[in-house]
Amino acid sequence: MLLSVTTASSAAIEDKGPLPATVVSAADLSLTFATNDGPVHALSNVNLSIGKGEFVSFIGPSGCGKTTFLRTIADLEQPTSGTLLINGMTPRQAREKRAYGYVFQAPALYPWRTIEKNVALPLEIMGYSAAEQAERIKRTMDLVNLSGFEKKYPWQLSGGMQQRASIARALAFDADLLLMDEPFGALDEIVRDHLNSELLKLWARTQKTICFVTHSIPEAVYLSTKIVVMSPRPGRVTDVIESTLPAERPLDIRETPEFLAIAARVRDGLRAGHSYEEHA
Amino acid sequence: MSQLQYFLALVAGGLCTAGLALSFATPLETGLLLKAFLAVGAFSLIRLWVPLGLWLDGAMAVLGAVAVLTALGVYVPAPAFFWMALISAWLFAWLFVERLSRALAPATRDNAGLGLLIPIVFGVTILVVWEVVTRGANVPQVILPPPSMIWARITSSVPTLLADFQQTFLKAVLIGYALGCGLGFVVAILIDRSPFFKSGLLPLGNFVSALPIVGVAPIMVMWFGFDWQSKAAVVVIMTFFPMLVNTVAGLNAASSIERDLMRTYAASYWQTLLKLRLPAAAPFIFNALKINSTLALIGAIVAEFFGTPIVGMGFRISTEVGRMNVDMVWAEIAVAAVAGSLFYGVITLIERGVTFWHPSVRGA
Amino acid sequence: MNKAFPIIIVLIGLLIVWYAAAIGMNAQWQNDVYRRAGTTDVPMTQFVQDTWNQEKPVLPTMHQVMGELWNTTVLVAPNKPRSLLFHAWVTFSATALGFLMGSVLGIALAVLIVHSEAMNRSLMPWIVASQTIPILALAPLIVVIGFNIFTGTLGIPTDPARLMSKAIISAYLSFFPVAVGMVKGLRSPEAIQLDLMHTYNASPSQTFWKLRWPASVPYLFTSLKVGVAASLVGAIVGELPTGAVAGLGARLLAGSYYSQTVQIWSALFAASILAAILVISVGLVEKLVARQMGARPA
Repeated sequence: MLLSVTTASSAAIEDKGPLPATVVSAADLSLTFATNDGPVHALSNVNLSIGKGEFVSFIGPSGCGKTTFLRTIADLEQPTSGTLLINGMTPRQAREKRAYGYVFQAPALYPWRTIEKNVALPLEIMGYSAAEQAERIKRTMDLVNLSGFEKKYPWQLSGGMQQRASIARALAFDADLLLMDEPFGALDEIVRDHLNSELLKLWARTQKTICFVTHSIPEAVYLSTKIVVMSPRPGRVTDVIESTLPAERPLDIRETPEFLAIAARVRDGLRAGHSYEEHA
Repeated sequence: MSQLQYFLALVAGGLCTAGLALSFATPLETGLLLKAFLAVGAFSLIRLWVPLGLWLDGAMAVLGAVAVLTALGVYVPAPAFFWMALISAWLFAWLFVERLSRALAPATRDNAGLGLLIPIVFGVTILVVWEVVTRGANVPQVILPPPSMIWARITSSVPTLLADFQQTFLKAVLIGYALGCGLGFVVAILIDRSPFFKSGLLPLGNFVSALPIVGVAPIMVMWFGFDWQSKAAVVVIMTFFPMLVNTVAGLNAASSIERDLMRTYAASYWQTLLKLRLPAAAPFIFNALKINSTLALIGAIVAEFFGTPIVGMGFRISTEVGRMNVDMVWAEIAVAAVAGSLFYGVITLIERGVTFWHPSVRGA
Repeated sequence: MNKAFPIIIVLIGLLIVWYAAAIGMNAQWQNDVYRRAGTTDVPMTQFVQDTWNQEKPVLPTMHQVMGELWNTTVLVAPNKPRSLLFHAWVTFSATALGFLMGSVLGIALAVLIVHSEAMNRSLMPWIVASQTIPILALAPLIVVIGFNIFTGTLGIPTDPARLMSKAIISAYLSFFPVAVGMVKGLRSPEAIQLDLMHTYNASPSQTFWKLRWPASVPYLFTSLKVGVAASLVGAIVGELPTGAVAGLGARLLAGSYYSQTVQIWSALFAASILAAILVISVGLVEKLVARQMGARPA
């Protein structure tokens, strides 16, 4: 079964024609934190490249370095060794060029700003004109289906709406790369399903490259064109799975054998990483 | 009714009955209202058979208060049944408050008006008991003047009180407060960029808040003279450190996610400060402003104990105490209390406007 | 060690500022002295030395204050009125007595408030409001009236009477923070923890001793630290209007009458040291209690 998935995935790549331009490329990337209990190898020799327009999920147990990898791309952590390029730039240059939008685990909306003012925050910082700001706010609020809630304060909205607003904020300045760190982790499953399918539509419409960290196997399989399975101690990539699912994905695709096959492979990858840890 | 309520009702009614019996010894036409209250109070014992509403107890308390106040001076010396009436009026008030708070308990927020009634009843009860005991028992005015006398003193010495208020509050307190808070804020912003200064100054700032800083008053009087400038200087020193410590703490209050967000935008230091850290620090800054409002008034008044021109609230308090004009002292304290709580109230109102989003303000 | 380093640097910086300011602030007086003595062409070093060692300087220097502290503590028998230890003891005894009364009263009231809805609703708004008014303004009144009642009506000798009236102010000042902090502490157990006690059908006193009281301990010590500092302020201010001759407050007042700046500063330092000792002692007790209750040593 493993074989069949791999073959299918290589076929899928051929379907898309020539390989897309690389947005993120990591070579031998390692990151070690010094803690009181000794060094922690959060990332160890990670090699990965993410092409333009891909939807890449990072999945693995806690401590596997998936969030750290995302934060390293965002220049929130500094790698200890290896190279990491974003659109051919260092993470720092990329950040200063505002090359990506970041969606955190929590909405992190500022409670003293209305929703539209929150979306305007990056635009103010980046020095957009007032007219430009208004236009972009309107566009991104439409994109995440929050029109009509512009004047509300974050604490007047539900958790799902708050997270949608934070996605709008990340989209507002039109970065090509969207980094999402378990954005729906704190939401209940029904809301999460809904937001997942909305996110897919959004991705299809905007053609962005998305890196998505998650704990959930169905979420990863449902959303991604590529699934990166990671394992902890030291944090490393154990498997990279190219999805064979079609671009059009209704929610009930999750019951198809193809979906289940990919999910099984992800689970195998996670288990392999886990047993490795138990023997060590 | 709970056991306590039952007990209160029984004692209040019983006291009224006993007082009514005793009052027959006096001529019928004296203290009619008092006797009426005692009679109605005795009658309230029918609640053993017929339940009475809590508002009836409230009405009894009011009737009792009025009856006792009007009977002041009718009998000299005050007879036993007079005191019994006072005690039972107080018990009715207690019973009323007890029953009202029980009734309010399930719906805490909806009854803001009724909730306010309880502390008011408590405050009025204290005032009535104070008035009746000081006048009824002829407590020497030097020890405790009755509230009515303090009020009379306030109304008759408005110009003096106003001059003192102007000297102490409008000059020393407000100017010192503005300077001290402003300075603390500016220094906090300045040392914010230097972790070294922060770790050097913060423990000192915390330590200083435990010290009896009012003690610098004689030094300030020596440096800046007897007038309000020296008091303002004391206020500056007293308010500086709470502001410094709170602002520094507030500037660190933004969560790491919120800071990371600003970093992903490649925001500059000042952008992060203005758009994130200062708004997030607002609740802390207002906390310091509130603490300081009280400290400033204390500092200015106590500093005046060390010498002033012949005007000022602290000066008045210390000299009138020396002359045993206790009613004037109380009048001055009443003004200080009103000024203090208004000052605090105004800052709280501004705080609600500015930090409307904070959970403690929006009641989440 | 790493933590102390920035503090030491800042303190040294303050010391330098202090000595520099002393030169400037004492210069005028020093020039007058020279003019009167007809001295001219004083070398700079001599001038600086002199400004740092005046008898009644505008700003006394650190070594003068320390010298005065040394002279009035170590070199004088502690039972003499010239000894600062004697004055510190007078202030301390009023502080400690008042602090004890205020804390016990504050805790007792907090327990009442937590257990009676009527008390809560009638008293709590007043206690909170009373924190916004300058209650220290009452100090002279309490001292003078209290002293008169104690000596007159109750026939207590003057010294204990003076102690008691100061202690009442101290108690009064420490009472409010302790009561407010304790109410907060006794209410700090979460609903889920109270529900647990409810499922055990625990009596109110069991809930109090096994849940509310232990949960309130951190709050208690936080407010005790505030309370003890307030008590000291109360005792010092209580010594101002009595015409008292003993106590750190009386030292401050006497110093200000006779422009004895060195004496004022040394009294102020003594008061600060006393405050530090008091707060640190409460902190030590807090650590001991925390360890007893199984807290992880920090």
